[in-house]
Amino acid sequence: MTTLDPGAWFTPDGEPRRMGFFTDTSVCIGCKACEVACKEWNGVPSDVAGFTGMSFDNTVALGADTWRHVAFVEQAPVGLEWFGEDAAAGTAPAAPSAQDLRFLMSSDVCKHCTRAGCLDVCPTGAIFRTEFGSVVVQEDVCNGCGYCVSACPFGVIERREDDGRAFKCTLCYDRSKGGLEPACATACPTDSIQFGPLDELRDRAAGRVEHLVAAGQSRAQLYGADPDDGVGGFGAFFLLLDRPEVYGLPPDPVVPTRDAARMWRMAGAAAGVLVAGIAALVGLSPRGGR
Amino acid sequence: MSAAAGGTAAGAPGADGYYGRPVLKRPAWTWEVPWYFWTGGLAGASSVLSVAARAAGNRPLARAAAIAAAPAAAVSPALLVSDLGRPERFLNMLRVFRPSSPLSMGAWLLSAYAPLAVGAGAAELLGILPRTRTAAAVGAAALGPGLVTYTAVLLAHNAVPVWHGAQRELPFVFAGSAAASAGGAAFLLAPAAAAEPARRVAIAGGLLELAAERAMERRLGPLAAPFEGDGPAARLGRWARGLTAAGTTLAAAGGGRAGRWRRRGPPCCSPAAPASAGRCTGRASPPPRTRAPPSGRSAPAWTPASPRARDPQARSTRPVRPAPVRVRNSATLGPASSLSRHGTYR
Ligand code: SF4
Ligand code: SF4
Repeated sequence: MTTLDPGAWFTPDGEPRRMGFFTDTSVCIGCKACEVACKEWNGVPSDVAGFTGMSFDNTVALGADTWRHVAFVEQAPVGLEWFGEDAAAGTAPAAPSAQDLRFLMSSDVCKHCTRAGCLDVCPTGAIFRTEFGSVVVQEDVCNGCGYCVSACPFGVIERREDDGRAFKCTLCYDRSKGGLEPACATACPTDSIQFGPLDELRDRAAGRVEHLVAAGQSRAQLYGADPDDGVGGFGAFFLLLDRPEVYGLPPDPVVPTRDAARMWRMAGAAAGVLVAGIAALVGLSPRGGR
Repeated sequence: MSAAAGGTAAGAPGADGYYGRPVLKRPAWTWEVPWYFWTGGLAGASSVLSVAARAAGNRPLARAAAIAAAPAAAVSPALLVSDLGRPERFLNMLRVFRPSSPLSMGAWLLSAYAPLAVGAGAAELLGILPRTRTAAAVGAAALGPGLVTYTAVLLAHNAVPVWHGAQRELPFVFAGSAAASAGGAAFLLAPAAAAEPARRVAIAGGLLELAAERAMERRLGPLAAPFEGDGPAARLGRWARGLTAAGTTLAAAGGGRAGRWRRRGPPCCSPAAPASAGRCTGRASPPPRTRAPPSGRSAPAWTPASPRARDPQARSTRPVRPAPVRVRNSATLGPASSLSRHGTYR
């Protein structure tokens, strides 16, 4: 899937549609073609961490210089549940064989949140929402205040230290403008990264997770497909084979601006206490005068 | 792949999030920000004190507070600008007005406040332009309380659970600490006969700060883990609280002999000192690690530093601005001492 039918980008009335990713980790083979394609297309600097010992993962986490990150999780079935089942059957647990090990691989990316903390708190307007619903930093406007970094509940956006500005995935906005799929989705050989109109992707994902659960993947679940979650749903959501935290993803992300009204109310109350307190202590009575 | 394959061995990635890595990024703010919180708080509360004192007929105290506010108001923007990754682009903050961004609100607030406070202080010092001075002082006093407390909103707009969770009490911590600083500064600058109200403001501010902090920690519960134990954040928090308590007690003990205390006592006895001391000593928190919760609910992703001393990000940023490469390696290869969500090191 390199080019999309022009009809995919716009509604019949010519309105741009909300585009996004469905990353189906059940078919990810850990080839990292997405990481490479992203770096190549976007000119993202190298940030090799060296040999980490974290399975095949040497890029470690998303950041200013890593916009696609393939996570590798090795799992062996020696957890409590296993003992539980065996205890019930009255047998001793057998040593796990190589057959019992499993690899979870998942290509992580900026979630392009419906309610994006980074965008909400950006004081320069450098971060904006594109016509395709993606969240993009304008590099010529960003002044490096770093506020977006602590407002992202996923630890995605980061300041590049030698540059001073914040960087993250753009959903390949430049390619979108030209009707091309993002570089990572184009490079993905198994269609683990699927790009398209978000509503269509959600339908497709619902069918896929149903299929996997029926096939015995009891923990298969969608992550970020629910428009009612703490960030209003992700523009880039995932099908995971285990709990989100296993992949280093927060299980219940909440945009920090959700409680803004209460925070400002409390600040107002504290300001009131400050003024009233000082006035009283210098000898002003509430009715004015001394 | 058996159906039971989801169970993970102890020490395997699933048991500790993703290789014990933090979910969140370390906030990018540098040492300037906590200093700015202090100077902004000192200035804002001083402007209020100045106008209140003048309204109450205490001219010398009004003068002292206005003169204290001016330098603090003057350095605040400089601190805020030098914290930026691209300081030369600071004006980009004034190209938009965004109520959803506390930093945008703060930038506008400070741009309006700083010239007024500096102007009022300068006119006071030089004894010129009384009308303009009064207008500027009233303007600064109107904006001052906002400058003092918006910084709490700024901090709480944060994915870091310990800061986000402090959203209700943090404005009161900041208001108390600002009042303590402003009261202390005016107490030192005003003639003894006029300084008594400033002493009262300083005491009340110190008490409010301590009480609000306690309430905040109570509410945070397990999230307050970084405040307990022996980490740098906890140590600094204890120092800050101890100094605030000592300063407040000294100010209270000064009582009728305020003048003598003031003439003899070094500034470190002033209630203003503790707050600043807490801030000066800001240090980095231990490298935050994340543990995902064993199941279900969102856990504190990380709990990097203590807002206790009102300058949490000093601790989380300045000294530990690690080269990404090194951190990554040590985090993955180093001994597994990760801060659990219950605050115990393991
Ligand atoms: S994941 Fe983070 S960086 Fe991406 S849109 Fe959401 S808040 Fe912004
Ligand atoms: S959409 Fe583009 S910028 Fe984002 S991860 Fe994929 S290749 Fe990189």
